[in-house]
Amino acid sequence: MNLTAIWAIYRFEMARALRTVTQTVVSPVLSTSLYFVVFGAAIGSRIQEVEGVSYGAFIVPGLIMLSVITQSISNASFGIYFPKFIGSIYELLSAPASFLEITAGYVLAAATKSLTIGVIILITAFFFVDLRIQHPVWMVVFLVLTCLSFSLFGFIVGIWATNFEQLQLVPLLLVQPLIFLGGTFYSISMLPGVWEQVSLFNPVVYLVSGFRWSFYGMADVALGWSLLAIFGFTGLCVAIIGLIFRTGWRIRD
Amino acid sequence: MPAIVSVKNLTKRYDSGTHALKDVSLDIEDGEILALLGPNGAGKTTLISCICGIASATSGTVTVDGHDNVRDYRAARRLIGLVPQEINLEPFETVMNTVRFSRGLFGKAPDDAHLERVLRQLSLWDKKDSQVRALSGGMKRRVLIAKALSHEPKVLFLDEPTAGVDVGLRKEMWDTVSDLQKHGVTIILTTHYIEEAEAMADRIGVISGGEIKLVRDKAGLMRELGRKRFVIELGEAVDMLPAALKDYRLERAAGGCELVYTYDTQGDGTGIRRLLNDLSAAGITARDVRTEQSSLEDIFVDLVDGEGRS
Ligand SMILES: Nc1ncnc2c1ncn2[C@@H]1O[C@H](COP(=O)(O)OP(=O)(O)OP(=O)(O)O)[C@@H](O)[C@H]1O
Ligand SMILES: [Mg+2]
Repeated sequence: MNLTAIWAIYRFEMARALRTVTQTVVSPVLSTSLYFVVFGAAIGSRIQEVEGVSYGAFIVPGLIMLSVITQSISNASFGIYFPKFIGSIYELLSAPASFLEITAGYVLAAATKSLTIGVIILITAFFFVDLRIQHPVWMVVFLVLTCLSFSLFGFIVGIWATNFEQLQLVPLLLVQPLIFLGGTFYSISMLPGVWEQVSLFNPVVYLVSGFRWSFYGMADVALGWSLLAIFGFTGLCVAIIGLIFRTGWRIRD
Repeated sequence: MPAIVSVKNLTKRYDSGTHALKDVSLDIEDGEILALLGPNGAGKTTLISCICGIASATSGTVTVDGHDNVRDYRAARRLIGLVPQEINLEPFETVMNTVRFSRGLFGKAPDDAHLERVLRQLSLWDKKDSQVRALSGGMKRRVLIAKALSHEPKVLFLDEPTAGVDVGLRKEMWDTVSDLQKHGVTIILTTHYIEEAEAMADRIGVISGGEIKLVRDKAGLMRELGRKRFVIELGEAVDMLPAALKDYRLERAAGGCELVYTYDTQGDGTGIRRLLNDLSAAGITARDVRTEQSSLEDIFVDLVDGEGRS
């Protein structure tokens, strides 16, 4: 195991984040605050409570998920796409490091960044609403696993993409709708019958539900399903990455 | 000398269909400097890419110090430093961090003293805190070299290291390369400058159309080049040479209007005066004479001619 290589990649990627700290930290905090103002204040004045939790507090887990998922994908996909784009990937390919180690370096760095943002948003939220966290350990488990699995997913997107448009395409056309329709700002039980059923095909529902449960003990789906979803998704991403690296797809001529 | 890198029957066909390497076999000796010459598209970069793990070979094997570069890639790659042809650098990082990254990636413990030596040797030390994008083209190329040297490779591949480097620095770079050789590093470089191959290499390989056309030690090649051709233009064409001139092994050229005499500049006495005497004795009159010396360039062009540059 070339741990030194993992560490080298991790540090290099974290340095990139620190160089652009305003973008990395300030912008998610700003946009989350906007969400609080728009959803919490405007809509919250109409929907007072969801199952006993104030609407402002209800949307906090969903907001964190929204930021953490988007950030994980964009960080990790950019992290591996950029060396491909400028050609510096030659060094990764010629290094005595396995693909597993290379992936670990990039994915851990991307997950660290999005986790940091998640925590910052959580802290910001304390200033706006009255937050309780009933199951802090599960909260951390869900948060960390979401960061990791969507960073893995973003890494795949970055390898797949052959231009900058494609890099934006998956987050924009696939992930964004899934997140917004995934019960981020509402409980899916608030939807008319058939849409509630349709929502159950959206994997994000399970993540948001499990995460919200760790805060308020309320869930749209059973906790077991949420855990299965997050572990299943992580496993699937790992398997795909393994396959990509075995075949050298879109990496090695 | 034993081979440190051994390439056997290497074939590379890109997905696009280009047959970039055709059954290439090549042994690179421990401690030598090998220069690879060849026209654009000959397959030099592809050969290096297959050895270093950037491209995967269609068939054939590569071993580095006995380690197969696929099955035992860690051991093989640890020994190799690569300076690519294109300037592929992370633009926003500083020189020092870029070089540190390379060392870490190759699994070496941090050693800033070594990195300082490398950067000083390449006249980059005063740029160590500059962002890469703020450097000139020649400096960026030296950063690539510094990255390759950061992890103390035993074998160094330099793909056109002096492209875009000014004359003064080019000479310095040659010195750096021979200095590395003194420290036991084996060096493979590609170049379009024949003078560069002449100045640095122990052996010279010519590659064209995906095939190795020749690998020879430079000394032998130069000895061959040491031969001069003495060309005699005749007043009128001759069909047959008189028997008296047989010993000179003359060649008829230009439809018999010229006679070519080849002699060794290193030998004692060229025999030209005697030849001219014997010619006039045989009744052949010379209108004009000239001497020609072939260079590496001629050999190169001869070998590559008719291959069609791609
Ligand atoms: N990634 C690639 N995909 C498809 N074809 C390629 C690729 N890289 C190189 N080739 C083709 O393979 C052949 C050999 O190219 P290569 O880059 O090895 O030549 P070279 O000897 O390094 O040339 P130069 O002196 O211009 O650097 C060329 O015909 C080139 O078009
Ligand atoms: Mg080339």
